[in-house]
Amino acid sequence: MTETATRQHWMAVLARATRDEVDALLQQAGPLPAHEVLKAPETGTVMVEGRAGGAGRRFNLGEATVTRCVVRLEGGAMGFSYALGRDGRKARLAAVTDALLQAEAETGPLRRGVFALAQKQQAARELASRKAAATKVDFFTLVRGA
Amino acid sequence: MQDDNQIHAGFSDPVFQSQSAFRALLAALSEPGLACDIGVSVETPVGLEPATAVALLTLADYETPIWLPAALRNGPAGAWLRFHCGAPLVDDPARAAFAVIDGAAPEPKLAAFHAGDDQFPDRSTTVLVQCAGLAGGETVTLEGPGIAGQRAVAPAGLRPDFWAEIEGNVALYPLGIDLLLVHGAQVLGLPRSTQIVEAR
Repeated sequence: MTETATRQHWMAVLARATRDEVDALLQQAGPLPAHEVLKAPETGTVMVEGRAGGAGRRFNLGEATVTRCVVRLEGGAMGFSYALGRDGRKARLAAVTDALLQAEAETGPLRRGVFALAQKQQAARELASRKAAATKVDFFTLVRGA
Repeated sequence: MQDDNQIHAGFSDPVFQSQSAFRALLAALSEPGLACDIGVSVETPVGLEPATAVALLTLADYETPIWLPAALRNGPAGAWLRFHCGAPLVDDPARAAFAVIDGAAPEPKLAAFHAGDDQFPDRSTTVLVQCAGLAGGETVTLEGPGIAGQRAVAPAGLRPDFWAEIEGNVALYPLGIDLLLVHGAQVLGLPRSTQIVEAR
């Protein structure tokens, strides 16, 4: 993966994680580092767009609540976070984690923590889609008037 | 000491600080020629006056293109505005909703900015003129809405033909640009409705 794609990946994982998960991840890397808040956690809405049938014309699905935060560590690294919901504390912790991850080696504790979180999220997604798939009704098998 | 290339923080309390700065800007434009303290301070990037930075944080957003002199646009000031306001920085003065110019620099002329059009005179550029002082320069007497009788102003460090350009701008009324002269934490409003009685 390119550097950008790698960062997009961990930002997405952090956005999906709960506050406790982000908190636990950060604690693995030691005490919370000193940081300056460039944009305090702020909550707003973004328009979520969908595509008809997954590939057709774009339409506005609805607005989603999003909280974002930007911090800078003492070393100068800037961390960003955007996440669904209104949890300002989580947004701030995730932004600090993003800033730390940029400086960390590929085998560092945060990278490993993100990898574990990603696997957990993936497993939860697969479980949910399996449960949904089990309830699928295949209308082609129904025969009318026979 | 922080590195000048880093992006500084914006408002520490965005809601109340932007409201009080907005109130000060409103006061400055409703009483032309009266220097108003903007009342809020932020960590200002290099090249912007403190009041310029606060005014742009308050007024600019993603819908308001900003024109800056090239040196500021490509420096920390441009990065700071893009980060905090999300405002596009444009090359063409005529497309800007807000502009920051150095009062002493010969270019760009005030006529280069957008004066609005007949359907939407309100869409003109608001120009923040950073000058060397709001007092101690050439004295000019102003008259018009918001001024009881006449008012004398003497901003320092403006280019020689600045007041002639203002007269040209006033002649466009109801079109024309609005100006805010800025020095330090102070702003002085000079809307298009203010006429110049005499320049000495």
